Amino acid sequence: MRSNLIPGWVSRPRLDYPLLVALIMTSILGLLVLYSASDGNQRVVINQAVRLGVGFLALFVLSLFPPRILRSWTPWLYLLGMLLLLATAWLGEGRGANRWLDLGFLRFQPSEIMKLMVPMAVAAWLHSKLLPPNWKAITIAIIIIVAPMMLIVRQPDLGTALLVGMSGVWGIFLAGIRWRVVLAGLGFIVAAAPLLWLFMHEYQRNRVRTFINPEADPLGQGWNIIQSKIAVGSGGLSGKGWMQGTQSQLEFIPEHTTDFIFAVFAEEFGLIGVLLLLSLYIFIIGRSLYLASQARDTFSRLLCGSLALIFFVYVMVNGSMIIGILPVVGVPLPLISYGGTSIVTLLAGFGLIMSAWGHRKFIR
Amino acid sequence: MKKQAAKNSDKQAQRAGRRLYAMLAIFLLSTIGLATRAVTLQVVDTEFLQNQGEARHLREIKIPATRGVIYDRNGVPLAVSTPVESVWVHPEQLLEDRSNIDSLSALLGLDADEIERKLTRRMDKEFVWLQRRLPPADAEKIRALELPGVFLQREYRRFYPSSEVSAHVLGFTNIDDIGQEGLELAYNDWLQGVPGKKRVIKDRRGRIVEDVDLIRPAQPGRSLTISLDHRLQYLAYRELMRTMQEHKAGSGTVVLLDVVTSEILAMVNSPSYNPNQSGRRGSDALRNRAVTDVVEPGSVMKPFTVAAALETGQYQPDSPVDTSPGTIEISGHTISDTHDYGLLDVTSVITKSSNVGVSKMALSMEAEHLWGSLSRFGFGKVTGSTFPGESAGVLRNFQRWHKVEQATISYGYGISTTALQLAQGFAALANDGRMRAPSFIKSANNPASSVVDPAIAAQVRQMMLTVTGPDGTGKKARIKNYQVAGKTGTSRKASAAGYDERYVSSFVGYAPASDPQMVAVVIINDPQGDSYYGGTVAGPLFSRVMAGALRLLDIPPDDFKAQLVTNTHSSGVADAP
Repeated sequence: MRSNLIPGWVSRPRLDYPLLVALIMTSILGLLVLYSASDGNQRVVINQAVRLGVGFLALFVLSLFPPRILRSWTPWLYLLGMLLLLATAWLGEGRGANRWLDLGFLRFQPSEIMKLMVPMAVAAWLHSKLLPPNWKAITIAIIIIVAPMMLIVRQPDLGTALLVGMSGVWGIFLAGIRWRVVLAGLGFIVAAAPLLWLFMHEYQRNRVRTFINPEADPLGQGWNIIQSKIAVGSGGLSGKGWMQGTQSQLEFIPEHTTDFIFAVFAEEFGLIGVLLLLSLYIFIIGRSLYLASQARDTFSRLLCGSLALIFFVYVMVNGSMIIGILPVVGVPLPLISYGGTSIVTLLAGFGLIMSAWGHRKFIR
Repeated sequence: MKKQAAKNSDKQAQRAGRRLYAMLAIFLLSTIGLATRAVTLQVVDTEFLQNQGEARHLREIKIPATRGVIYDRNGVPLAVSTPVESVWVHPEQLLEDRSNIDSLSALLGLDADEIERKLTRRMDKEFVWLQRRLPPADAEKIRALELPGVFLQREYRRFYPSSEVSAHVLGFTNIDDIGQEGLELAYNDWLQGVPGKKRVIKDRRGRIVEDVDLIRPAQPGRSLTISLDHRLQYLAYRELMRTMQEHKAGSGTVVLLDVVTSEILAMVNSPSYNPNQSGRRGSDALRNRAVTDVVEPGSVMKPFTVAAALETGQYQPDSPVDTSPGTIEISGHTISDTHDYGLLDVTSVITKSSNVGVSKMALSMEAEHLWGSLSRFGFGKVTGSTFPGESAGVLRNFQRWHKVEQATISYGYGISTTALQLAQGFAALANDGRMRAPSFIKSANNPASSVVDPAIAAQVRQMMLTVTGPDGTGKKARIKNYQVAGKTGTSRKASAAGYDERYVSSFVGYAPASDPQMVAVVIINDPQGDSYYGGTVAGPLFSRVMAGALRLLDIPPDDFKAQLVTNTHSSGVADAP
């Protein structure tokens, strides 16, 4: 039955259906919330639906490739990503920060793509090494991570740089470095935090100050956090109902279709809705971690683990920001926030996980 | 080797597996942390945060209430409230963008720099009126700009269609629509509505998104039907202005009263003002002189003195009164007539307006009786019209009268009254001695009290009819086809230095004399030129106003039936073949 046009390594799709169903459910929920958050703007919802469609297509296509092939492409993909970042530094455009690259037919953020490329590159690099990796391997892995980070920080986009860095660090962590090293790394980060303060822009420092005491400037810096907390809290147990959230519908919540969409959701669907959404996320992350543990090669295992954990970081950071546990950072709520590149890369990441799962029996 | 690699790989798998479980634990713990926080916010703090949310979008706002309409006795509106919009701004929000101020100033016709300076000075405020009372069309243009920090407030503005004609009676309201003068002040509580309250949802920019619930509907003010007849107002004002110009007088007043009900049908003054124009108004033009200003009435007081004399029983209408030699000396003061009238009867004293005659009659009675009689006619007391700032006039207590005062009061000096008091007193004479407090409200039905015997009132009326007769002083007050009765008055104006060569000319009378319907008081202050007698200055004005009023109100002439008979006869003759 096999056509000669299709290379031999392309197998029939082997998808993990429980994970796929959870992803689709979350996406549909996201569209519903987005409809409400955008004040019934159908264009926004259709745009998002198209991006989701592209994302799921990417997921499907990537799941067809065996990890072996993906791994062999990784160095080239990573280089391509770096070139795009460099190009962005030269030609980029965007509000306030040079994050966007316009190819004429397509506008996207190369830094988002690096969220996939960096964990792939780290996993591919460590794949060929004995685990736990020695110092030399770790150093090179760190260089793989830090190089794109430097370019992204210059955009300037500290939040994304940190996320990109974290997506790579998970790979090193999962490769099995000793706990001692992990603790030492954590200690270093804590020690470096004041140093980080020195390198921060004023607006970033303000965000931290505001986080510590939002009531100091309730109409200015503290506005977002206060309004968001009010929105979440006033949702109560069962919420105000779809399209009924006053804080969001009356535009009290800033960025209510993107970073703060969780607040809209919490206000309209209440604690029950929040717990339901968290359960969906827990299932997605847990299932991904399970799939990662079932993978037969180091590349797949490290990559799947990293992707699942970075997804977890997104959910945690966004959720914590909404309810005032963390300062305001530009991290979208995965699969729900309005925004193009991040949705496509996220779903593409799940494609990689599916690929590892689908091809687990054909390793070696 | 292969086995070794496999073993190694298993070890790796185990290690990585443990890492995954460790991660799973961290992941679950943080999820629980997040969920706990959500529970805290959404269950424990929910009420506080809900209130906080409502405090941000739920607002109680005032619904302005319309002020009641003032109608004349025929239902013609004399004071109406029209909706207008007032612009207020939040200085900080508006100042954010200079171009917004430019576009706003262009629409308002104000200087942009001026606005900016004004708002910069009030940066700490959150509410600053920018322009009040814009016409709805202009307000709509401003609304369409959707500028941040610019808001519109619905208000009502008073409009007076009759302008200066009825300004004194109606008064006016201030910028907050509260009565300041006249009936607007007197009946403010009645006219003013009670503002309502409603709860609305406002979005972040302060725009009203939705009305949630009505706490209290606005209660519009009640309307008021007053006693004035706007046709008579125009008539009286027009004729007053004509006389003012002819005689270049200082000021003037006309009051027209319904004899039976004592309702005020017309009340006009000059100078007047336009209540629709805010801005500086001289207090001179603002006063309702008919009610607030007192004059020494002069000879128009004589009918009341004569009524008091008749009450004593010492006098009858034909009782002789010797006025020769035209002067009389009382404790060093000389009272004189214009001519020596010789021997008169009581009626002729009124006809000729003899000061000497009426003084003699006054001196022949007890001071207490004269005082009591004048008091009963309402002099020295406010009439009870409830008009703000009404003056009581001055009628001193008889115990403090000098002898000469008893004489001068009898012809209207040493006593002061308002035009309205004169109207009230004459109406009592015309209404068979029954007196009611004059009323600005239609169908007020003020109680009547008897102030003089009806027979005596009738006798005085007969005397007053002679004033417009061939020998009277008020021939110019006559009206074709109607019989007019009344009394002229010419008094010198009192000043600090005594009495000047300046006069107050007056005529008070009623018509039709055989069945009195209306009393009119005409007072012209300080007429210039040769003519200053009440009969020549005030008389013609009385005639024109009363003639017009009789015609407008369809009041038949005294000898209507007689005329009807003559007309029928003549036409019958004409029609004969």
